[in-house]
Amino acid sequence: MMTNVPFIFSLLLIVCCFLCLYRIFRGPTSADRIVAVDILGILVVGFCALFAVYTPRKFFMDIAIVWVLLGFIGALALAKYLEGKGFDE
Amino acid sequence: MSEIVVILGNVFIVVGLLFDLLGCIGLVRLPDVYNRLQASTKCVTLGTCFILFGSFLLMGFLWKAILAIAFVVMTSPTGAHAIAHAAHHSGIKLWKKSVVDRYEEDKK
Amino acid sequence: MKRLALFIVSFLCWMVLTWTLYLPSVLIGLGLAILVSFWFADLFIQEPRKFFQIKRLAFFLYYIPIFTYYCIMANLDVAYRVLHPRLPIKPGIVKVKTSLKTPTGRVALANSITLTPGTLSVEITEEGYLYVHWIMVRTTDIKEATERIVRKFEPILKEIFE
Repeated sequence: MMTNVPFIFSLLLIVCCFLCLYRIFRGPTSADRIVAVDILGILVVGFCALFAVYTPRKFFMDIAIVWVLLGFIGALALAKYLEGKGFDE
Repeated sequence: MSEIVVILGNVFIVVGLLFDLLGCIGLVRLPDVYNRLQASTKCVTLGTCFILFGSFLLMGFLWKAILAIAFVVMTSPTGAHAIAHAAHHSGIKLWKKSVVDRYEEDKK
Repeated sequence: MKRLALFIVSFLCWMVLTWTLYLPSVLIGLGLAILVSFWFADLFIQEPRKFFQIKRLAFFLYYIPIFTYYCIMANLDVAYRVLHPRLPIKPGIVKVKTSLKTPTGRVALANSITLTPGTLSVEITEEGYLYVHWIMVRTTDIKEATERIVRKFEPILKEIFE
């Protein structure tokens, strides 16, 4: 019974990811897709936290921290791209 | 004592997952970019913070998780702000039933 | 002063990340924190005097539970709107005014607005006007919108950052 709990948690997060992928696939504008990609990045952080708890590999928490910061930089870069500016403005 | 902490951690993780799910449902259901950005940023940020706090409790008070929460709370709204700003500048209109757009009026 | 502030922050980050008192690790962290604080102090910290005032720290700790409360309220609000079959939303962009002057304070205010019920900051101008996307527009007047959106946080943020 208890061994199934992490599996169910991961399944819920995978459902979230598929909803994001639906929005990436359907999104009428590129801004919708960028929003979905940003959200997907934050969901991965949740995945990393779950892995760090339920597997013996504690280093997933470090991956989560790095993923937050890199996802932020990625979101800024995509926003600049959407605005149609260079990166030095 | 430790059993209470374990149960509390699992409860936090479940609540966080439910908020994540709500945010993603909002991402699919709401009509335009700005509304989607609102719902998904709020819900997914708080949901991930709850998951990280649950893992903070479950992993024996691992303070790294608190640092991760601080980073998520600082960076995620800033990214949302940047995307909203860029979307407005690239000329994406609001939903057709929107009431008012002061920003568009003032830009002219 | 600037360098001391950045040194404390970066060394604390190192200690939290490694989470050990093993001596070589602590020494490496010490050296790296000194290097970082000498190179980048001018970039990050403008007014170091504020960093060491205990009153600001106390208000910051007081701000955290209030912020968490509004954040959870915001999520329940979004949950209600998303799960309602007819989507009770009335979106629009309104204009509000803030009296915060420092850039850090304004960033904190914009982030707080984004994470609280029904609002998302879109643009912030030099004169202190914020354009806020509101999922349920109740008023389009600047004064009243300011009263409803900004007034919750501005007094506390003023204590922290000004």
